[in-house]
Amino acid sequence: MKQNPWKKDFPQLNNQLHYFDSAATSLKPTSVIEQVNYYNQQLSSNINRGMYYESQKATELYEEARETIAKFIHADLNEVVFTRGTTSSLNMVARSFGLNHLHPGDEILTSELEHHSSILPWQYVAHKTGAKLQYIPLSDEGKVTLESFEAAINDKTKVVVINHVSNVMGYVTPIKEMVAIAHEYGAIVVVDGAQAIQHIEVDVKSLDADFYAFSGHKMLGPTGIGVLYGKSDLLDDMEPLEYGGDMALDVMKQQFSWKESPTKFEAGTMPIASVIGLKAAVEYLQNTGIDNIHEYSKNLYDYFIDKIKDIKDIEFYNKSSDTFMFTFNLKNVPSHDAISYFSEKHIALRAGQHCAKLIHDFLGIHSSLRGTIYFYNTYEDVDFLVETLIEAIDYFKKLGF
Amino acid sequence: MNNLDHLYREIIMEHYKNPRNQGLVDNQDYKSNRIKNPSCGDDITIQVLVEDGVVKDVKQEATGCSISVASASVLTELVIGKTVEEAKKIVDTYINMVTDKAFDESVDLEEAAVFSGVKKFPARIKCASIAWVAFKDSLE
Ligand SMILES: Cc1ncc(COP(=O)(O)O)c(C=O)c1O
Repeated sequence: MKQNPWKKDFPQLNNQLHYFDSAATSLKPTSVIEQVNYYNQQLSSNINRGMYYESQKATELYEEARETIAKFIHADLNEVVFTRGTTSSLNMVARSFGLNHLHPGDEILTSELEHHSSILPWQYVAHKTGAKLQYIPLSDEGKVTLESFEAAINDKTKVVVINHVSNVMGYVTPIKEMVAIAHEYGAIVVVDGAQAIQHIEVDVKSLDADFYAFSGHKMLGPTGIGVLYGKSDLLDDMEPLEYGGDMALDVMKQQFSWKESPTKFEAGTMPIASVIGLKAAVEYLQNTGIDNIHEYSKNLYDYFIDKIKDIKDIEFYNKSSDTFMFTFNLKNVPSHDAISYFSEKHIALRAGQHCAKLIHDFLGIHSSLRGTIYFYNTYEDVDFLVETLIEAIDYFKKLGF
Repeated sequence: MNNLDHLYREIIMEHYKNPRNQGLVDNQDYKSNRIKNPSCGDDITIQVLVEDGVVKDVKQEATGCSISVASASVLTELVIGKTVEEAKKIVDTYINMVTDKAFDESVDLEEAAVFSGVKKFPARIKCASIAWVAFKDSLE
């Protein structure tokens, strides 16, 4: 059985926890924790204004983080905006871009696979502007395919809002091909990358996505920090949503002007420690190698799937998951009953609708259990999970479920 | 008994499989209250008929986990026939019990007492209380 070389880097795994909830939030390696602590213990100061060492150093690290992230996703520096997370990033695009560019009769094309953070801001925009929200029909497996996308897009489509990886099914969406088609129709594409950035190589230039959003906390980084990538001409054209300190260029009694992107979108004191921590997270991912992470996770996932293939009384919804996410129910057992069994065994899974009700409606179920295999999971974790699955099925059956 | 066995008592399973007072009525005299929990998919409607300060009838329709379905069922049996004041007192006592707060032990919760196991599962408190909160809301 293969030794896991990375587990030791994640202090939370020193106890009895079997963590399969990485899609909700990832664990944080020591290097990230140390960088956050470094700022809090030694550099606490505000950025962009202090004239002393700590402030200058913190400012430097903050901007270095932007550079690191820009390189990581192949963006230019002024295209990387720090936000509170994916939700904030996606809302920013909807409100700042969407509200100002959509008109009655325009269409927004999305899918039932979306996370609420991706779909609700555009529902709001649709209501406000008179644009129409349209859904790309999903395949039987619940996938967005190029064929169905091509059939759904039309001249009225102005915005396509789509996940790169679904947070329920773990499917990778063919973004690059979809973007090319969308651009032929003159539509812009907003990509929710919250579940992609930690699993697959993301190159925004090659994808040619217009906007790309992700969260630090799902990619080994701290909470409270995320990124909005936007093409610079689009960002330049957008108004900030927040006005305040640091974003203004010149202030007079009746009017003011603002700085360029990304500064104009980062009003007030940003979560500096989290930005610095996010830099360390990206460096950890780079040093480990997204390919290595993917390969290890895939092998472990295949091992898991092989072990459970003969277990009856599991309803599996995404056997063809691309990102080692497994969504299932124990037959006849509501997910919130099942989850209590796992939590008693210190197995972290998620139960419910995972902020994605529409895909549950599509599947015809109320809720589901979701787990994700990530590179810090071990073969022992998976063995224990499978053992517990079998026990749980038996336990609930005996109770009369 | 481990925590889980303490949660899944026979009475709970029995109500889950045979929920009492199930099915809604189309009657304006009943006050209706529907609560959905978007995080887990629970969807519970409680209908209450109050006459002369007495809870004459309660109907429920619950989709969700065994704890939410069974607690809706147990609730209906417990409060029918009680005065509004008694019913409110029962709900408060029950909510205190499942949230692991001090509660008035002189109030007879009858079968609902089996839900005391919920307090060891903070994540399930909502499941056990959703119908009760809906019921109390419709008494206001
Ligand atoms: C696909 C997807 N989009 C958006 C989000 C929202 O991310 P956050 O809560 O970090 O803003 C999540 C995470 O829950 C997600 O999985």
